[in-house]
Amino acid sequence: MKKTVMLIMALVLTFTLAACGQSSNKGGNASTPPATNNAGNASTEPSGEPTPETKLEGSILATGSSALQPLVDQASKAFMDANSGVTIQVQGGGSGTGLTQVSEGQADIGNSDVYAEEKLDADKAAELVDHQVAVVAMAAVVNPKVNVDTLTKQQLIDIFTGKVTNWKELGGDDQKIVIVNRPASSGTRATFEKYALGTKTDDLQGSIQEDSSGTVRKIIGETPGAIGYLALSYLDDSIKTLAYDGVAANEENVANGTYPVWAYEHMYTKGEPNEVVKAFLDYMLTDEVQDGAVVELGYIPAKNMQVVRDIEGNITKK
Amino acid sequence: MAQTTDKKISANNHFAEEWVGRIYTTLCVLVLVTTIVAMVYFVASRGLSTFFKNDVNVLELLTGLKWSPEGQPPAFGALPFIFGSFSTSILAALLAAPLSFCAAVFMIEITPKFGRKYLQPVIELLAGIPSVVYGFIGLSVIVPFFRDVFPGQGVGIAAGALVLSIMILPTMTTVATDALASLPSGLKEGSYALGATRWQTIYRVVLPTTLPSLLTGVVLGLARAFGEALAVQMVIGNAPFIPRSLFESASTLTSAITLSMGNTVSGSAHNNALWSLALILMLMTFVFVFIVRWLEKRSKL
Repeated sequence: MKKTVMLIMALVLTFTLAACGQSSNKGGNASTPPATNNAGNASTEPSGEPTPETKLEGSILATGSSALQPLVDQASKAFMDANSGVTIQVQGGGSGTGLTQVSEGQADIGNSDVYAEEKLDADKAAELVDHQVAVVAMAAVVNPKVNVDTLTKQQLIDIFTGKVTNWKELGGDDQKIVIVNRPASSGTRATFEKYALGTKTDDLQGSIQEDSSGTVRKIIGETPGAIGYLALSYLDDSIKTLAYDGVAANEENVANGTYPVWAYEHMYTKGEPNEVVKAFLDYMLTDEVQDGAVVELGYIPAKNMQVVRDIEGNITKK
Repeated sequence: MAQTTDKKISANNHFAEEWVGRIYTTLCVLVLVTTIVAMVYFVASRGLSTFFKNDVNVLELLTGLKWSPEGQPPAFGALPFIFGSFSTSILAALLAAPLSFCAAVFMIEITPKFGRKYLQPVIELLAGIPSVVYGFIGLSVIVPFFRDVFPGQGVGIAAGALVLSIMILPTMTTVATDALASLPSGLKEGSYALGATRWQTIYRVVLPTTLPSLLTGVVLGLARAFGEALAVQMVIGNAPFIPRSLFESASTLTSAITLSMGNTVSGSAHNNALWSLALILMLMTFVFVFIVRWLEKRSKL
């Protein structure tokens, strides 16, 4: 009997430890924006959510993009505080995972950095309904010692296709260029290539590839001559932000359409969402979230955008 | 009379115990076997669909040099990853093997009491450190050091192998220590009786007799290094090319999988190709297991 108890305890301990190990791995790897405390913010936020007439009940599983995860996570906590009958689970795993799982019905919401049409087959993508909750902009960044402040589109293409390999060719010091790229499947890279370069690029020999924005920033900050790209929420003093064609990468320029390197953050549902999921998606678009968590975490509220862009990249004024 | 019924009951009890135990253990084995078979089937079915569904040539995958599954046209050459995996893990094993052998000799032959009581637990502690910690230390300490000292970016096979060698050190040392400790004392005493010094005994008697067990430790370490993903991914650079030097960005099978798996959609050619990489990894692990079994057979004294 004693042995059985011991055995069970040992098993429980093993699983707990295994779970700990996993979550600590995630902590190191996941691309969560810095200097935010989700739990703290969620609890201190005033829950100005009006009580719905009918009490919502149900559970939602949202999975996918790690870039969008912190926002959905924070919003879900406030939403759950206001609606005690609803449980929302937010998981990372990448845009591809999110789109697959929502398309196969395993998740209720699939978070993605890219349009579903760019990843899924056309017939599968057609079943999904897009909900654009925020905008994320990206900027080219370099090591602080690099003596260049702005790059044109053509110069960026030359760098990322390997035509230019030394900063002196671009007016900087005599220093080899080290490219810190994302994996070819990454949503961040897709956005950067589509809107900053306008072309897909091949991986270059000797370039560094990392998936996590934190690691990318660390490497660029430490490696002489390094260049890469980061979402605006990751910019800080350890790296130098470049202007694109002379336009500074900031929220204002993104909102009025002069700075082109940005993408929508999508939350996909399969078909029209049910009552609970719809309530949560509506909540994501309320001023409370859009002016609160969205701004706090470094995204740009969708309602601030003065331009609209469709999937082909055609920009129209709102 | 009372005594005989007692005996009968206790005999029945033992009989029941026997059967409960038998059924329980059988169930455990069944669960284990089903899990393994299911995993092999799952990985194989996904991994093989690259060849059947996406019409990628097996030879192209194994020997191709260009990896660009999302490119136009897509290319599925995984040789850079295979090369990266083998070179980092073999280099790591080469770095760690002499260290672990010497540590084991020190703990068993030179300071048996102190070594077993204090040193071994400390070395085994290394095994409990999560790999992300190794990766982060590698990225914060080893990579900048290599970048300053050697030409190149610091990331690469050298940094990956160094991080891995520290990670597999405990496995190798533990196996080597156990092997040395299980050596019959008669062999050593015989050697001393013939007038051999301690060094001669270690060098001529202890190490040759325990060599198969020591090699088992090396292969186990190699297998662990081969399968390690996170720490390597953080320090190796992840460019899908065969590097021109030890200090240039390279890639391994595991880092390629972890880097892209979450971003690809299941069923796509890119995703299937990643499963093929996983299949290669799994087959290599089987090879390592067979080598260990073969070595174990030889190490029986």
